[in-house]
Amino acid sequence: MSSPVPFKPVIAGSAASGPPAATPRNVPHRGGPANPSAEALRQHFGAAIKRVDVVWGETSVVVDRARLVDIVSWLSDDPAQRYDLLADVTAVEFRDTEQPIEVVWHLRSLPYRRFLRLKVMIERGQKLDVPSVWGIHKSADWMERECYDMFGITFAGHPDLRRILMWEQYREGFPLRKDFPLRGRFSRSEQLRQALAANPEARYSMDELTIAQAFEDLPEEMRRRLSTGERTGE
Amino acid sequence: MATIKRTVEVELSTTGLDAQGKPRRVPLVTDQSGNVMTMEAPPAIEPDLAGDHMLINIGPQHPATHGVLRLVLELDGETVVRCIPHVGYLHCGFEKIGEYRQYNQIVPWTDREDYLNSPGNNVAFALGAERLFGIEITPRCTVLRVMACELSRIMSHLVWLGTTCIDIGAFTPFLWAFYQREAIYKLLEDWVGARLTVTTTRVGGMAADVPDGWVDQLRHFTRTFPKTLSEIDRVVTRNGIWVGRTIGLGVMSADEAVNHGLTGPMLRASGVAYDVRKDFPYLDYETYDFDVPVGSNGDVYDRYLVRMEEMRQSIRILEQAITRLPDGPVNTDDHRVVLPPKSKATSDMESMIHHFKQVMEGPRPPIGECYVAVESPKGEKGYYMVSDGTSKPVRWRIRPPSFVNLSAIPKMVEGHLLSDVIAINASIDIVMGEIDR
Repeated sequence: MSSPVPFKPVIAGSAASGPPAATPRNVPHRGGPANPSAEALRQHFGAAIKRVDVVWGETSVVVDRARLVDIVSWLSDDPAQRYDLLADVTAVEFRDTEQPIEVVWHLRSLPYRRFLRLKVMIERGQKLDVPSVWGIHKSADWMERECYDMFGITFAGHPDLRRILMWEQYREGFPLRKDFPLRGRFSRSEQLRQALAANPEARYSMDELTIAQAFEDLPEEMRRRLSTGERTGE
Repeated sequence: MATIKRTVEVELSTTGLDAQGKPRRVPLVTDQSGNVMTMEAPPAIEPDLAGDHMLINIGPQHPATHGVLRLVLELDGETVVRCIPHVGYLHCGFEKIGEYRQYNQIVPWTDREDYLNSPGNNVAFALGAERLFGIEITPRCTVLRVMACELSRIMSHLVWLGTTCIDIGAFTPFLWAFYQREAIYKLLEDWVGARLTVTTTRVGGMAADVPDGWVDQLRHFTRTFPKTLSEIDRVVTRNGIWVGRTIGLGVMSADEAVNHGLTGPMLRASGVAYDVRKDFPYLDYETYDFDVPVGSNGDVYDRYLVRMEEMRQSIRILEQAITRLPDGPVNTDDHRVVLPPKSKATSDMESMIHHFKQVMEGPRPPIGECYVAVESPKGEKGYYMVSDGTSKPVRWRIRPPSFVNLSAIPKMVEGHLLSDVIAINASIDIVMGEIDR
């Protein structure tokens, strides 16, 4: 059976030198070979690289919060690294409340077939704030919003940091934090009542109202709040 | 917005487009000998078109949004100026629930996030958990999982194909596609007893071995399915309406696509041959002979072509998997994670302890973390699991491919007509269960 439109199969990474890709086998728990980018990062950034771990064959680099954007930008631009795909942005909070919260970036280098995990540790008591990498990878947009929505971590420099999975008027907190109970803060009946009262479909965000004529119909006070840059409101 | 000029040979008799891709004009008024009569046009009155922008809301309850997606569009006339997507209507906190479940108890939740690709999700989760436990699976299990993955890829692409055909106005391919999808559901039902939410895998193995004669049915499917595929291909690929409604829409260049984090057919349509199966292989995919189809224009039409070709390649992989399916056990003999046979539980002390420990406490992986990605039909689906040494993960993160793919929709629809938004949205192949989780 022939395809009507001829495809030329190209395999990413085949141009770059390196071992052929293979299914990993017998991966050691700790101490496997580290990603060569970790060593390059250490040479280039020195003290900003705090720790390099290899767990189950994956390299995690713990970096300094202040240098994060420089590091991601260098990884993306350096011709020997070219980490061009930001696969994931997320965070981890441990059950042990003494352990710091980790913000995790998963990067892939398509030309060199490499995978790297960057981490920023936020100690307890510190402000949950990390720089945004949206200026380098546009894919960070929604993933950072989700991380903010679920953990309350703010990403400085994100253009539109608001809740994404929960509705904008949600005030109960951040669901994936360990201090948030599995069943929510209220009884089922109260949650149902609030969910019905919220009626998120009937509502447009302030941002959307500014493009509509409905803006003119808003009360004076709300328009004033909008003009000062407030994003959400009742 | 860069316009793309392409010529697609239109085979079926439609008056839609000429060879240059422009709408064909048919004169309406002719005299007796067939000459076009020239008519004096009435004096044109310039309408005052400089009106206000209009705000239009699509969804969340709208069939063309493929779930509960809500798009707020700002329109200038009929052209989209701005698009603000809203998601989250289906959010049920899968990741939070996963932190309160043992590893095998999470497998059913993976069915329900991307529900068109349940076997593929099960496999992805099991691979991640096995990496976290540090156990190897048996050769037979590896091949069975490849079969599950490829069947679910075909299944998901068939649903995509059918619903997109409906969105664009073709009903017949939908019926053909769903007929074949039903055949796959029949196969899955014979295998594990369920159709949609199948839960095929366990940590360290599969829920069940395939029954006798199942492989013959699968072989029959791999022989009959390409016929349907080529029928759909004949009806759709060079159809003037289809071509006219898909070419040049939602174009993403290769750089933009990588920068916006697109993966899967969306990325490959833009010309980047990134396929997790080839670049970061799992389940011995590097030993299978298959091609990665790559588009060149990154528009809706190319995404369609890439997905059609992917189904053919999946059939190739399935055929190879059938020939190499080895005999032997399906589950590993590591009884830290896999229950010993029930018959031994009452006669053998060791087995009884394993049963008790696994059922009461659950298997405990060592402290560690892993990110395991597979090529789902939508793109790179990754599970990031962190263990603190207890029987429940401290974090179970789903990297949803269609969530990231959908985040590029404002960029894709801007400058296009309102009716094209539906086609572009369909081309992303979103599943809201996966986006909202």
